[in-house]
Amino acid sequence: MAKVIVVTSGKGGVGKTTTTAALGAALAQGGQKVCVVDFDVGLRNLDLVLGAERRVVYDLINVIQGAAKLSQALIRDKRIETLSLLPASQTRDKDALSEEGIARVIAELRKLFDWVICDSPAGIERGAILAMRHADAAIIVTNPEVSSVRDSDRIIGMLDAKTVKAERGERMDKCLLIARYDPARAARGEMLNIEDILEILSIPLLGIIPESDEVLRASNLGTPVTLSNASSIAARAYCDAARRLNGEDVEMAIPSDRKGLLVKLFGRRAA
Amino acid sequence: MIDSLIKPVSHARSEGAGVSEVALTSVAQSRPPMRFRGRSFMAFALTPEPPVADWLSELDNWIRNSAGFFVGRPVVLDLSAVSLSGHAIAHLVSELEQRGIRPMGIEGADAAQLGPGLPPFLKGGRPAGVDVLDGTAPAKPAPTKPARQDPTSLLLEDPVRSGQSVTFLNGDVTVMGSIGSGAEVIAGGSIHVYGAIRGRAMAGANGNPHARIFCQKAEPELLAIDGYYQTSEDFSASLHGRPIQAWLEGNVMTIAALD
Repeated sequence: MAKVIVVTSGKGGVGKTTTTAALGAALAQGGQKVCVVDFDVGLRNLDLVLGAERRVVYDLINVIQGAAKLSQALIRDKRIETLSLLPASQTRDKDALSEEGIARVIAELRKLFDWVICDSPAGIERGAILAMRHADAAIIVTNPEVSSVRDSDRIIGMLDAKTVKAERGERMDKCLLIARYDPARAARGEMLNIEDILEILSIPLLGIIPESDEVLRASNLGTPVTLSNASSIAARAYCDAARRLNGEDVEMAIPSDRKGLLVKLFGRRAA
Repeated sequence: MIDSLIKPVSHARSEGAGVSEVALTSVAQSRPPMRFRGRSFMAFALTPEPPVADWLSELDNWIRNSAGFFVGRPVVLDLSAVSLSGHAIAHLVSELEQRGIRPMGIEGADAAQLGPGLPPFLKGGRPAGVDVLDGTAPAKPAPTKPARQDPTSLLLEDPVRSGQSVTFLNGDVTVMGSIGSGAEVIAGGSIHVYGAIRGRAMAGANGNPHARIFCQKAEPELLAIDGYYQTSEDFSASLHGRPIQAWLEGNVMTIAALD
């Protein structure tokens, strides 16, 4: 039985899709069966980040409306055979998502995979609510800036109110992934530091992904960053996060605020 | 006990709250349209309990102690606690009439049992607060279940997240976590926060100038007590991030550090 995870943030452009692809790839590289689901109907991106845009025939909406079978819509990754993508429709909008249809698709996916990772659209409207609706756990992606953190706080409140799990009176597992973290700028006080973010959001930390050009390069290549350059700091940070998701106890390697010089060297080498 | 009794006079149309008016225009165009107005009255619900004879003698005691209590007051007979035949209902109503009580309607009975000589069947009554009880009255006319005490404090174990609004006008609110930026807590009494206030905290919201606000870390967007407020701009920089309490001195909000 799969674990269903929603990757969400409230704010756009913080790295949800990159995170979905990187964590999905990292888990699948470990041999587990993973399906990444693009919920951003009308603005789909996950297919591009995974380099599968030319292979989309059927999509989530076709499956929800019964026009295609789930097996017809799933796209198996060419590099990692245990990784599959369920793409969103680019020609429709979020109104085409139906509550019952999503419940049915998620239930089917649960039988086929070990992990189902749902890439939520930005915002707090219908699309985002439906993406989180059937999740067992949530990864909240945030950037070290006040607007992103406040939006994350808002989405955490919605996870505790609008999900099936919350409505059953159960506790929604939530963890935080801080993306685009620049230790040098945080040290200069130009960014929120990790402690402040954790204090404001008060949920457990899953990982810290340093700001890295490698992430952008990987997205443009259509390859998850954990595949394109496994030794880059972003890839290593995502792999650590995936191991923590798996229940492993991995030490949190916070790009330190104190070791200024080392961090700078480190950052330059990675860039 | 007293029930508020809403008497909708017409079912045809009811828009907005308060008095609903329905115009019947189809009968005669020359005459002004007939208007029906809704009225609501606060009515006493008399609730007989078995055995009815004992209940009646208890009612007699009440009437002796508070003569004229029922004069001019609408009374409804609530028969949900007893099961009486049509004949027994007629007898009970006549007993009440001998005591000067004329029920305007009967609740909690089978409508078919109520013959033409009896008060009409009513439904849809809602409980209402006791606001006309005679101070000298020794006891309620009928023993009823003790009213449930509403809690006078609210404890929130989880943080109040951005976009959430918690309103509790019955008393104090205690927040174990923080009130996030863009979140608000509105309390009739004081607000106690064991984390940070980054959003809005409004204490004494239904006119209590003695309410206070306490928190472990003050970074608020707005603090208010009994309608007097300060925004973060008015807030002394020396208090930012510290544990504080806020209270009213006259019309001025005073904030002091707790450490």
